[in-house]
This record gives sequence, C-alpha cells and structure tokens, in this order.
Amino acid sequence: MVQLTLPKNSTVTEGETFKAAPDARNVKRFRVYRWSPDDTANPRIDTYEVDLDQCGPMVLDALIKIKNETDQTLTFRRSCREGICGSCAMNIDGENTLACTKGIGEVKGDVRIYPLPHMPVIKDLVPDLTNFYAQHAFIEPWLQTKSAEPEKEWRQSHADREKLDGLYECILCACCSTSCPSYWWNGDRYLGPAALLQAYRWLIDSRDEATGERLDDLEDPFRLYRCHTIMNCAKACPKGLNPAKAIAEIKKMMVERQS
Amino acid sequence: MADMRTPLSRVIGLGSAKSGAHHFWLQRVTAAANVPLALFLIASLVALSGADYLTVRAYLAHPLAVIALLALILSGVWHMRLGMQVIIEDYVIAEGLKTLSLLLNIFFSAAIGIACIYAALKIGFGS
Repeated sequence: MVQLTLPKNSTVTEGETFKAAPDARNVKRFRVYRWSPDDTANPRIDTYEVDLDQCGPMVLDALIKIKNETDQTLTFRRSCREGICGSCAMNIDGENTLACTKGIGEVKGDVRIYPLPHMPVIKDLVPDLTNFYAQHAFIEPWLQTKSAEPEKEWRQSHADREKLDGLYECILCACCSTSCPSYWWNGDRYLGPAALLQAYRWLIDSRDEATGERLDDLEDPFRLYRCHTIMNCAKACPKGLNPAKAIAEIKKMMVERQS
Repeated sequence: MADMRTPLSRVIGLGSAKSGAHHFWLQRVTAAANVPLALFLIASLVALSGADYLTVRAYLAHPLAVIALLALILSGVWHMRLGMQVIIEDYVIAEGLKTLSLLLNIFFSAAIGIACIYAALKIGFGS
C-alpha cells in the first residue's frame, strides 16, 4: 500500500530557535524544515526570528537574510528572484509556491517552510528532482517534423500560435507535480501535471508532426490516466497555468482519434 | 535509487501500455447511463415507499421495470468495477497484491452483477 505515515527516521523534531535582535520591533517567525545527509539526525524544524523592518517583502528575501546573517548552513535553491527560473519552489504555509513571489505579508502567523512534498530531500529545502526532469525529457519537448525542412522557419498562423498560450509559460518549478496526490503515490509511473502540460504544448503545436507518436507514448493507465482531475496542480501553479485542463485536453484527443 | 539505471530508463519502464482510452471512455459512458437509471431507481424507491411486498413485486415484474433494472445493474456494476480498478491501481503499489486485488475486483463485480441479474429476471419472469 501507499505509505501514509513517515518512517521513524523521517519524523520531524523540534530544532533550534534563533532570536531576533532585542531592539527588533517587527518580528516574524520562520519555521524551516532542516535535514542534512551528513549526519544521522532526524529532520528538525528550526525557528528563525526575522526583523521585517530590515528585510525585503518576499519569503525568499527572508531566507536569503537568514542565510547571510543568521545561519549559513541553511540550504535552498534560488536564482532569478522574480518568478521566472522556478528554482525556489518550496512548500510555504502549506502550499507549493515560489519563495520569490510569495509575500511574507500573505502569511498569517509563523511562516512554515518545507521542501516540495513527497520528493527525496537532498538537504534542507532542496528536493531531488532527477525523476521530474527525466519525465520532462521523456515527453521530448522539442519540435519534431518529417516534412522537408523549409528554407526559413516553420510557419504558424496567429490562431495556432495562440493555442500555446497558457502552456509555454511553464517554468518547470515542480509546484504542480509535487502537489498532486496521484504523483505522490505513483510518481515513478505517472508523468505528473508538469510533464503532461508540456506534452500537450507539443501535441497542440500546429508545426509538430509527431502527434500520433506522442499520443501513443502517453496512452497508458499510469503515464496519463492517473490524473483524476484533483486540480491541486492548477491551484498550486505560481504562474497561474492549468495543467489539469491540458491533461483533460490530451484525454479528449485520445478519444477523438478512436471515434 | 540504488541501481545504476538512468533516470530516463526508469521513466520509460516497460513502455506504454497503449491502452487506457477505452477504459476512460467506458467509465464516462456508464457514468452518463447511470444518471437516468439512478433517477429511475430513486423515483421507484420514493413511489414504492411504504408499499407492501406484492405491490413492489408487481411493479418490478413490469417489462419496462425489468429492462430498466437490468440496464442499471449492468451499467452500475461495470462502472463500479472500472472505478474500483482505478482505486486499486492508485493505492496498492506492490505488484503481487495489486494483481490479486484486480482479480478479486473482477470476481466480486461479476458475482454482484450475476446475482442482481438473476434476481431481476426471477421477478420479471414471475417464478
């Protein structure tokens, strides 16, 4: 059966508390998941008090401030700090989102920060996304054609180009896939919302000539049909995309080509 | 992750089953059929509430009622089998246990369906 409880060595314990400076007036507590592969200790929740008067407005600002000024061992991914690279995806206040676009002010009470759910943890807030990236590679996210190469570019009408809107914007942050219960239980075989949204992006591309092969590869009880329209993916997506709708469109294409 | 397979090889696994669309379609077909059939069942239950045994039996022996009941049994049981299969595939991960559960699901659904059909026909043919 699926594992619904944490194994003993993954039970989360209470960690250290790092107090804010005594003169800090606007203090917010950040409760952050910590785990290191370098010792045998269980994961713990460390508490960092941050003076918001001395900190930027986003959760990522606070994490960077903590790492710079309080605890250099805190480990997380970050890069662009403007919601376009997808690096700082994590579970904040119970929802998968990007730390760089999540305002500290949006969170009532303590800011609880965990790595993306149900993924192997490399360290602290850094999940192992190897399988997630392999699933993206599997759907072959590039234009595939059989016709002779045109002299210039492969042409596409404005109407057909518009069909890619709401799909091409995906930044592969993994917020959607790691919020999906079907992905939690069967992530080894179910491709997950992110990969399937990208699959649909190429299925619907008027220039692509591998539609049939792409559908053949997806028609599988696990790869595609583990999606039960739970919609966590659409709720989690920090870019406002709707992977569940893309998956539903793939399912419609599957029926369409049979009848 | 202890083995030395590449991540892509793990994703590819045993390849595409090249099926699933039929299961998906049948689940929708039986769901659509269940809407009017369930309404028939609810309306019948409401109309027959408080009725005595002979009245209920006479109602269920009407050819249209028998036909509707048989349709409800076939569509409902088929829908149940498909749905339970999905739940088993979702939550039962171990291959052996999964195969056994899928087998029992088919036997259970068949047994329920056959028993219901037998009862409906018995009343319908008045024996």
